[in-house]
Amino acid sequence: MPSQETFPLDACALLASPGSDTKKRATREAYGNTLVELAQAGMPVVAVDADLSGSTTTAKLAALGTGQESRLFNCGIAEQNMIGVAAGLALAGHIAFTGSFAVFGTGRAYDQIRNTLAYSRLNVKVAPTHAGVSVGPDGGSHQMLEDISLMRGIPDMRVLVPADYPATAAAIRLAANTPGPVYIRMGRAQVPQIYAEGAPFEMGRAAVLREGSDVTLVACGVEVAEALSAASLLAEEGICAEVIDAFCVKPLDEAALLASVRKTGCAVVAEEHSIFGGLGSAVAECLARHCPAPVEFIGVKDTFGKSGSSEELMAYFSLDAPSIVEAVKKSIARKGIW
Amino acid sequence: MDVACVREKAREVRKDILRMIAQAGSGHPGGSLSAADILATLYFGGVLRVDPLAPKAKDRDYFILAKGHAAPALYAVLAHAGFFPPEELGTLRQMGSRLQGHPDSKLLDCVEVSTGSLGQGLSIACGLACGLRLDGLPNRVFTLLGDGECQEGQVWEAAGFAAQQRLGSLIAIIDLNGLQIDGPCPEICEASSLAERFGAFGWDVHTVDGHDVAALHACLSTVREAGGEKPHLVAATTVKGKGVSFMEGQASWHGKAPDAQQLAKALEELDEKEAHHA
Repeated sequence: MPSQETFPLDACALLASPGSDTKKRATREAYGNTLVELAQAGMPVVAVDADLSGSTTTAKLAALGTGQESRLFNCGIAEQNMIGVAAGLALAGHIAFTGSFAVFGTGRAYDQIRNTLAYSRLNVKVAPTHAGVSVGPDGGSHQMLEDISLMRGIPDMRVLVPADYPATAAAIRLAANTPGPVYIRMGRAQVPQIYAEGAPFEMGRAAVLREGSDVTLVACGVEVAEALSAASLLAEEGICAEVIDAFCVKPLDEAALLASVRKTGCAVVAEEHSIFGGLGSAVAECLARHCPAPVEFIGVKDTFGKSGSSEELMAYFSLDAPSIVEAVKKSIARKGIW
Repeated sequence: MDVACVREKAREVRKDILRMIAQAGSGHPGGSLSAADILATLYFGGVLRVDPLAPKAKDRDYFILAKGHAAPALYAVLAHAGFFPPEELGTLRQMGSRLQGHPDSKLLDCVEVSTGSLGQGLSIACGLACGLRLDGLPNRVFTLLGDGECQEGQVWEAAGFAAQQRLGSLIAIIDLNGLQIDGPCPEICEASSLAERFGAFGWDVHTVDGHDVAALHACLSTVREAGGEKPHLVAATTVKGKGVSFMEGQASWHGKAPDAQQLAKALEELDEKEAHHA
């Protein structure tokens, strides 16, 4: 656990300054770029994809070598083999990153991830893209909402859900430097930049992005930007929300969570994932043990996704900032009477 | 290679398999006995380049037991080869044992990767072959699959990948014992020849009697040295439960432990074989 002396991470050092040249980018865009950067720095990284290397951006590794020199292995539309090949590459001493979309890269290959990667504790990073409803028009078959739950339940699997481009680059670097299996969840949609380039991240550490006293807002992935927007809306109504980016869902930064909820007395958890088994469950498990408090859950409520634009779907499934504002009011109203 | 010596090792391995499973009260004798000669040829016939004093040596050949339920056969071979004390074989499947019901690489450094969920070993072997080639290393990668296991779709994902990647350092052996838990493989699911199917996928295919140690040695040594651009398949025809009359060809002995009487009879039969060969 992080020491209290070093926590919280200094929000001023973390956040992109308001006047700086920030732009919307998809988290997946950081994937291939960071792999190339790591390979050029001499790390033995390889990527194994399943006919989606252009979409996941692992195809960028092809620029470093082709044929037998290639650090990119394309398995075709065969996700189970993708995981197994990554396992073998790790056994040969490489740091293997897998691709595909989150729905196929975890669900189609769950047994391979559990029984080959995790059970043997191999140095493979399961890092698919296109998670959540923000995938948009492809519809429910392609919108993975159970992956955090699936991966969080596997022993020894760490789970990272970065919020923006710099956080994703940090997650890839962190995973490459952390022996053993790691899950990294990335998205297709372009999201606002929250962090400064090169902002520091650590395994098991959350970031307090905004300090507050009335409610603890815990979010991951695309929901971090929504939570920050909600906090601004709440401030206009005189409600002071603390916003925590649970970048590392497992191991959860329980010290940061508990310190915040002990101060605020209630919480709202926001994730672009099923309300079952993901960050919400992780937060509730921690609070139930150590600091019972009202918790409201922003997430997809026991249903599949559907076609639509990313923005339409975020509103339809009540994942947007106005929905978080409502949940905060409910959570605050339950203080002391729940 | 001393054929008589390898055959004797295989006989000892069979006896250990039966003792281990009887003591554990559970396990998979049928597919362990069918694989015994193949494993003995790999480890005692000088085919597999491994060193019990340096199980993680950089220049070693890799072996992956894709059909992880044949763990008793692998454990017995590894113990006889000097990777761990044979006395440990008696702990199979017991609390605190390194010899888990299916191989666990976290507990034994002579086991390259954990297996047990069928269909995954060939993919792992492919990744290893790719990784070694990327580093310019000539190590060979062996894996042993079951024929029932080849009903898993992932095996065919890997078969196509291996051919496309031209993994000439990869040698897959199939223990073709013809039986799976619920009965004969052709009656459950498979009807066509696995050797022909791998051939159609672009593999270099060899067929061999999986209980003829001399033939196994000749075949495995040849493909080990061959390299080339095609992955190699050795389709080894075997008998499930080989060496024990009442287990041979019986699907019911796939995953059942012999009782004390059955164990005594089985060991007696294997001892008679020794006398016969002597």
